[in-house]
This record gives sequence, C-alpha cells and structure tokens, in this order.
Amino acid sequence: VKTNSKLEKIWDSGGFIVTSECGPPRGADGDIVRKKGEFLRGVVDGVNVTDNQTSVVRMSSLSACAILKGMGLEPILQMVCRDRNRIALQSDVLGAAALGINNMLCLSGDHQKFGDHPQGKNVYDIDSMQLIQMVCRMREEGKFLGGDEIKGKPVIFIGAAENPFADPFEIRAARLGKKVKAGCQFIQTQCIYNLEKFSRWMQMVCDRGLHEKCAILAGVTPMKSVGMARYMKNNVPGMDVPDEMIERMKGTPKEKQAEEGIKICVESIQKLREIPGVRGIHIMAIEWEEKVAEIVKAAGLLPRPEV
Amino acid sequence: MIVGNRKEFQEIVGMLGSNRRVLLLGCNECVTVCGVGGEKEVGVLASELRIHWKTAGEAFEVREHTLERQCDYEYIDQVRSFVGDYDVILSMACGAGVQYVAEAYKTKLVMPAVNTTFLGVTVEQGVWSERCQGCGACILDMTGGVCPIARCAKSLMNGPCGGSSGGKCEVDKEVDCGWQLIIDRLTELGQLDRYEDIMPVKDWRSSREAGPRKRIREDLRL
Repeated sequence: VKTNSKLEKIWDSGGFIVTSECGPPRGADGDIVRKKGEFLRGVVDGVNVTDNQTSVVRMSSLSACAILKGMGLEPILQMVCRDRNRIALQSDVLGAAALGINNMLCLSGDHQKFGDHPQGKNVYDIDSMQLIQMVCRMREEGKFLGGDEIKGKPVIFIGAAENPFADPFEIRAARLGKKVKAGCQFIQTQCIYNLEKFSRWMQMVCDRGLHEKCAILAGVTPMKSVGMARYMKNNVPGMDVPDEMIERMKGTPKEKQAEEGIKICVESIQKLREIPGVRGIHIMAIEWEEKVAEIVKAAGLLPRPEV
Repeated sequence: MIVGNRKEFQEIVGMLGSNRRVLLLGCNECVTVCGVGGEKEVGVLASELRIHWKTAGEAFEVREHTLERQCDYEYIDQVRSFVGDYDVILSMACGAGVQYVAEAYKTKLVMPAVNTTFLGVTVEQGVWSERCQGCGACILDMTGGVCPIARCAKSLMNGPCGGSSGGKCEVDKEVDCGWQLIIDRLTELGQLDRYEDIMPVKDWRSSREAGPRKRIREDLRL
C-alpha cells in the first residue's frame, strides 16, 4: 500500500531525503512547537517528533505532531514501546492516521532509568521489531494484533532507528534485516561521528541488499561545544565519538566552537552522501532547531523537492 | 532459587512498633541458601533486636524458630502450640512464605523481615544473579539458553537495543547485556542464523498479566 508520505514519494522518485527533529516542550505551550516547526519549514522533508526522549516527560508526540501537521509540515511520529502496551500503541496509530500523520518511527525507547521518573515501571509488552510488524499488518491486512478487522486502515509509512555503533557490531546489519523483514521502510541512524565504522556497517547493509528495500537516512548531530562532544562520548550509551573530533573542538576557541560544530556537521553530511546506499540525512539538532536551515543550505541540499 | 535481601534493621524496628513479643520465623529453603533468612540469620536478627531493646531499657522477648519450609502448611502448623504467646510473627522467608504463614494464623500479625527480589543462581560465594521472571512460556530453546525477558533491561525479544556497549547494558555498566550473551551463545552453538527469525509477540497470559496464577496437577492430587 502506498502512503501519502512525502518521504515515501521522494524515495520512490529516487531522490535524497532530508529530515530533522523537533523535541516537544516540557509543558503545555503549543507555541514552542510552532516556533520550532517554523525553523524547519521548507528546509526538510519530514520532522521527527520525539516521544518522551531520554525518558523525560514532555508534551505527547502525537499532540506535537498534530500541531506541526496543522502548520503544513510533514511530521514523523516517534513511538516508543517503553510507555504503552499493544492496546495503547494501536490506538495511537489509528489516531495518528486519523490526524493525517503519514509517518511513524518505531522505537524501543530509552530506559526510564535515564529520565526524570526512574522510579516508574516500564511496559515493553512488545519490542520495536514487533511494533513495526504490527503497524505493517494494520496497514496491509487491516488487522489488529488480536486478529479483529480494522475499519479504516491506518496508511502510514513505517520507519525505525538503528545504531551502527552499538554492540555486538557483527549482528547490527542482521538486526536491520529483521526490521526490513518486519516491514520497515526507512531507517534513521544514531548520530554518526565515526564515519569509518559507519561505512563498514553500510557495506554490511548493502551486502544484504537492505539499502534497496529500505531508505537509509544517516543521522548527524551538530556539536555546540567541546563539553557536549565529551558528554556524548562518555555519557550517551551507544555513541561513538572519535578522539580527533574532541581534539578538533578543543582546539577551537570557545566562542567559535558552535560554528566549528556546524562546520563538522556539514562536512560529515557531504561525506555521508558519497557513501553507497545512503539515501538521506537525518539532522538531530538538539534544542538547536534554528540551525538546521543553515546546515541544510551549507550542505547543498536546498531547495527541497516538491512532491 | 528465590533470592532476597534482609530489610534494614531500623525498618524492621519501625514495622514492629509497640509489639514486644516476637516469634522470629526462619525458613530452611532458598533464603537459607542465599544467606538471608535461615537459622543463622534468625540468630543474628534476634540478637540485634535483643541488644536494641536492652539498650533502650525496655522489655522485649523474641523466640527463634526455623521451619523446614514456609510454603507448606504442614511445616507452618508446627508452631501452632506456641504462636499465641507472641504479639507478632516476624517471618524471614520469601514473600510466598510470609503470606502462607499469615493465611495459617488469621488473627496474628505477620510481618516480613526480608525483601524478596528474584529467581536466580549463585554466581559465586556471596553473589547471586537473576535468571528467570517466571513468565510461564519458556523460550530458552530459541535464545541459546539465555533469557531475554529476565536478562534484558527492556525484555526485548529481537535483539539488543542501541545501548549495548562492550557487552554491558546501558542501564548499568556492571550488568551484562542479555542480548550480547545470547549472540555469543548462538555463535558458539553455530546457531546465529536463528537470530534472523523475528520472535513473535509474547502471549503474556501465561505470566502475571492474567492475574495471580495457580497450577493444578490432577494426577498428583489426593
């Protein structure tokens, strides 16, 4: 089934996809979402809306997606298995489709230990792989997981995340293979700083022919400072920041570090575009949405295609 | 075996409140093996309590008694003749034992001296580790003998999350990533191709999700 997703249309037309993300606020002010969305208008093809990322309570992803949709943007609903069981997940998928949200990203979710409610109980009724499979079946067969018929199939383009830098490295491409088999159509990767390792992973992905079945979007995050680079290296699980990246930031005067971070990001995008199989870029400018336009422009990715 | 931790002394004292005649009940099974509620631990806690109240200058009486098991009525019944002499039964068994004692002595206060934690194994002297969550539908044949439900912090069934690093879990660098263990085992067994199969969604009805579980074996009933 073809969806109305802009991402799917660009993928079908052989184009290069650019996405970014918008982290919802820690409060009920919808104008913050609107402001962040405005920064991304005309700059990217789709906007991920994170789902209580790092297990910190925020405005719901679905609500923020609805706000962005209302602005004429193309939201990508992130949905984690940490907080909802199969009943709630399917209910939200139906709701998203009803609101005209064309894309979703199926994730396990960060463990609640990292968030502001470490005392909470997690759900993990199903995992991200099973979530992909469930949404795919809802769309293709019009069936709930329980087997009942859905009246009004949710026509949603299905994506997932993959971290090429997590262990065990040797099964990371196989893991992506399972996601593709489950029905995943696009992948956004973890932030890439170690391009050499990413290339090796990409080679494994291409060897399995996965790049032809699924759009691989390479993830990038601009560093604001050497402090952020160090934090990412030492404190964010599954993040691979090479020492030379830290050194380069360290060797830059403090007031110029943000600029240097953007420069590194743009250089990375240019290199990533050349890696066989890469079909797009996912820019995660954490609480720095206003810089996305500058990055996309500097990387030579403007204007975005009209589809 | 069932593994537990003894509660902090101050918590136990607070729980006992004004009850000064205590029947301290140990259990000779799992909690003895994991060194938390057997005869020896009953002796230690009884001494602590006696010293505490002696120092406070207050009257206090504790009787030490360790049963073969607290999860079978015939053993619990062995204290019936003197249970009336005490204000409270302080049980050092697992949560199952505490509850079964309470069921047997309906008018008696029964309190737990132990926090029951998990089903696990003895890794080395003094170290225990969780292995099973009693989900009621074992899949160990498919996962190289390592349980993803019990040993992955997210109970993921189709592989490691993005936080697996150097064989350790993102939640705690001291904890092995369950999926790294599974992949290692499957590799050793020459069964890594099994990883390519998508594990279907789990039917949690065999687990706690269908409410408290009960098992009846008609062939064993009298």
